[in-house]
Amino acid sequence: MAEKILMKGNEAIAISAIRNGVDGYFGYPITPQSEVMETLMKEKPWETTGMVVLQAESETSSINMIYGGASCGKKVMTSSSSPGISLMCEGISYIAGAELPCVVVDVMRGGPGLGTIQPSQSDYNQIVKGGGHGDYHNIVLAPASAQDMYDFVDWGFDLAFKYRTPVVILADGIIGQMMEKVEMHPMKPRRTDAEILEAAPWSTTGKPAGRERNIITSLSLDADIQERFNRKLKGKYEIIEENEVKFSEYMTEDAEYVFVAFGCSSRICEAVVDELRAEGIKAGLLRPITLYPFPFKEIERLSKQVKSMMSIELNLGQMVHDVRLAVNGTCPVGFYGRQGGNIYTPEEIVAEFKKFNGLA
Amino acid sequence: MKEEIIIAGFGGQGVLSMGKILAYSAIMQDMEVTWMPSYGPEMRGGTANVCVILSDRKIGSPIVTKYDTAIILNQQSMDKFEKTVKPGGWLVYDPSGITSHPTRTDINICRINAIEGAARVGNAKVYNMVVLGAFLKAKPIVSLENVEKGLGKSIPARYGSMIPLNKAAIMDGMENVEIVNRV
Amino acid sequence: MSISIEEIKKPENRIYGKPSLLTDNVMHYCPGCSHGTVHKLVAEVIEEMGIQDKTVGICPVGCSVFAYNYIDIDWQEAAHGRAPALATATKRLCPDKYVFTYQGDGDLASIGTAEIIHACGRGENIVVIFINNGIYGMTGGQMAPTTLIGMKTSTTPYGRDPKLNGFPLVIADMIAHLDGTAYITRQSVHTAPAARKAKNAIRKAFEYSQKGIGLSFVEIVSTCNSGWKLSPVDANRWMVENMFKKYPIGDIKDVLNGK
Repeated sequence: MAEKILMKGNEAIAISAIRNGVDGYFGYPITPQSEVMETLMKEKPWETTGMVVLQAESETSSINMIYGGASCGKKVMTSSSSPGISLMCEGISYIAGAELPCVVVDVMRGGPGLGTIQPSQSDYNQIVKGGGHGDYHNIVLAPASAQDMYDFVDWGFDLAFKYRTPVVILADGIIGQMMEKVEMHPMKPRRTDAEILEAAPWSTTGKPAGRERNIITSLSLDADIQERFNRKLKGKYEIIEENEVKFSEYMTEDAEYVFVAFGCSSRICEAVVDELRAEGIKAGLLRPITLYPFPFKEIERLSKQVKSMMSIELNLGQMVHDVRLAVNGTCPVGFYGRQGGNIYTPEEIVAEFKKFNGLA
Repeated sequence: MKEEIIIAGFGGQGVLSMGKILAYSAIMQDMEVTWMPSYGPEMRGGTANVCVILSDRKIGSPIVTKYDTAIILNQQSMDKFEKTVKPGGWLVYDPSGITSHPTRTDINICRINAIEGAARVGNAKVYNMVVLGAFLKAKPIVSLENVEKGLGKSIPARYGSMIPLNKAAIMDGMENVEIVNRV
Repeated sequence: MSISIEEIKKPENRIYGKPSLLTDNVMHYCPGCSHGTVHKLVAEVIEEMGIQDKTVGICPVGCSVFAYNYIDIDWQEAAHGRAPALATATKRLCPDKYVFTYQGDGDLASIGTAEIIHACGRGENIVVIFINNGIYGMTGGQMAPTTLIGMKTSTTPYGRDPKLNGFPLVIADMIAHLDGTAYITRQSVHTAPAARKAKNAIRKAFEYSQKGIGLSFVEIVSTCNSGWKLSPVDANRWMVENMFKKYPIGDIKDVLNGK
C-alpha cells in the first residue's frame, strides 16, 4: 500500500510537484499559500530530481518565468493567492495566446483589493471567465481535499500538455491550510530532453539545422490571421468541453433538492445533505470538479428531476450564474454565500435551504 | 465514531503540533482526519488554535462550531471556546494562566497542570504532550501504541531521541489529570 | 584598371556578406534605424560561435517585437518589459543554452525595471542587448525614461522638463553596482569601427554567459531618426553630440578584466 502522509494541501502541491517530475516552480510569497514554496525550498529538489525552484521578485515576474519555462517545453508551475493571481492574469492571457502548457495554483482569499487572508471562493469569475484580456479559457480544477491537491498537479499537467493551455487549480484557504492524509503515488521521473522534443516539438530548445525556427508568440497584427487563431482556440475549447468535464454526485439519484458546490463548500454541503436526509428531506449534492469545462449537461439533467437547486459559494454569487444557465428556467435556483473569509456551518445552510424552499 | 476537537492556547504552547501528533496517531489507527489551523497575523505571538477531527468515515466539513472536546490553555481561549463544547462533551484545561475557571455543569471538565508535569519530566518543551496525556486519559480514542507511532511520524528523524521523553510526558499527563466535573 | 562584376562576385574577392542567420524577410525598420545593424551583429556572433542550435532569443514589445522574423534561431516573444523573467526561467531550466534578451529603452528601462534589476541582482547567466535611443519608437515617438533633458517627443512637445518629467535613467551605471553583473558595456553602431567594437562586445557577452559569472549587459546607444525627426545622417550627428554626453561609450564593468 502506498504511504500515507499527513500534510497541508499547500504542502501536497509541493510534494506532488517533486514526485511527478515537474521541472520548475517560480513563485512569490503570499498568505495563505506560502507553504508551497517553503516546502519546495526545504525539500531541495534540485539536488534530487533536478527541479528548479526560484523565488521571483513579484507575481508578474513569476508568471513570466512560467511563460519562459513553458516555452522550452518544460513542466512549470506557480502558485499564489487572489491579489497575486490578479497580477498574473496578464501573463496567463499571454500563455493562453501563445498556446503554452502550465499549471497555476490559486489558493483563494477574500477580496476585492487586499481583502482578508481567510478562505474564499470569490475568484470564480476571474479564473473561470478569463481574468486576463482576450478570448480564452483556463481549464479550471477545483480540489476539495489535500489528496486532490496532490492528484490535481499531475492531472493538471496532463491536460495542460494535451491541449497546450494553462490549467488553474482553484483552491481556497481551507484546502491549502488544512492537513489531511495524503496517499503518495510512485515517483514519476522528469522528462528527458528527447521526451520533451517528442511531447513539445514546438518548444524553443535551440534550432538545429533542418528544422524551421520555433517562435513562441501571441502577436499577429493581421486581423484575419488573428481571427483564424481565435477560431482555432474555439475548436480546442469545444473538444475540452466535450471530453474533460468532471464532477461527482452525492445522493442525487432520488434527490428532490440538489445543492451545487465546489471545493471546500462541497464538503460542507455533504454534511448538509446528511442532516436533511436525517430529517427525511431528499437532498443531494453535485460537486463540479472541473469548473471549466462546467458540468452544464448534468445540471440540466438534474434540474428536470428536482423541485429546486441551490448554489452554495464563499462569495456573493458567482457560479450560481452558470447553474442558472444550465437550468435555463426549468426549476428555481437559489443561492447562499458567506464572504470576507467567514465560513458557513451546515446548520446555517440547512436554515437558508428551508427558507428558500418554504419548508421552515 | 467521530470526534471533533478544538485545541486553543498561545502560540508557542505547542497547540498546532499537539494537534498534528493526535491526527497522525489516528491515521496509524486507520481513521480519517482533518487538521485545520487558524492562520495569518493572529498566530504571530497571539492565540493559536487548531480544529482536529477524527472519524471512522470520510470527513465532510473540516470546520465546525460545536466540539466534542475543547482543550484550552489560556484565558482568551476559555472565553471563546467553553461555550462551544457540546452538552455531555469534554473540556480539558490547564489552570495556570486561567483567571476564571469553567462554570458549565452540563459538560465533563478535567484539568491538568502541565507546567508542573513538564517540570517533573524535566523538559518544558513537552508541555503539550502532558496536555495530550490528560486528554487521552479522558478520551482514550487512540491507543498509546498508535500515539507512539504518531510521534515517530510527526517528530523529525533528527529528534528521534526525543520520543521517550514525549512518551513520558504523555504518561505524566494521564496520571495527574484531575476530574473537576462529571456528567 | 576596371574589374568586371563576375570578378567581384568570386568568393575569394568577397569582403562583405549577409550572415546566413539573417533571414530574407524584409525588415520593417525605418531607413537609418540602428536595429538592423545590431540584428546583423547578433546574427554574426551566433553564426561565428556556431551556437545556432543552442541559442534562445527573447524579444520585447517595441520596434524589435518582430526580431524573430529576422534572425534564424528559436525565439520567445515576451510581454512588455518581462523578457528578463522569461530568460531567467529559460536559462535555469536549460543551463547549456545561450539565452539573450533584446530590449529597447521603453521595454527595459520603464515598464521592465523590476525584471531587469532583479535578473541582475540574481546574477542570471544571460545576455541583455539594450537598445537605447531615448524614445518610444513603435508607438510614435513618446518620451522614454532615457529621453534627454530638453529633448522633444510627442509627450514632451516643449522638451523634457525635469520639473515635469524628472531625469533620465542611466540603467547601465545603475546595474554596475550590483554584484550579479559580470560585464557591462555601452557601445554604438553609427560607424564601421563602432559596429566592429559593438560586435566584439556582443561576442564577449555571449562567451561570459556560459562562464557562470553573472549577467552581461550590452547597451547600444542608438538613433531613432523617425522619432527624432532627423535625417539618418543628422540623427547620427545628434547622437554623438548629445546622447554620448549622457551615455558615454565604453566598458563600465568587466569582472574578468579587473574593471
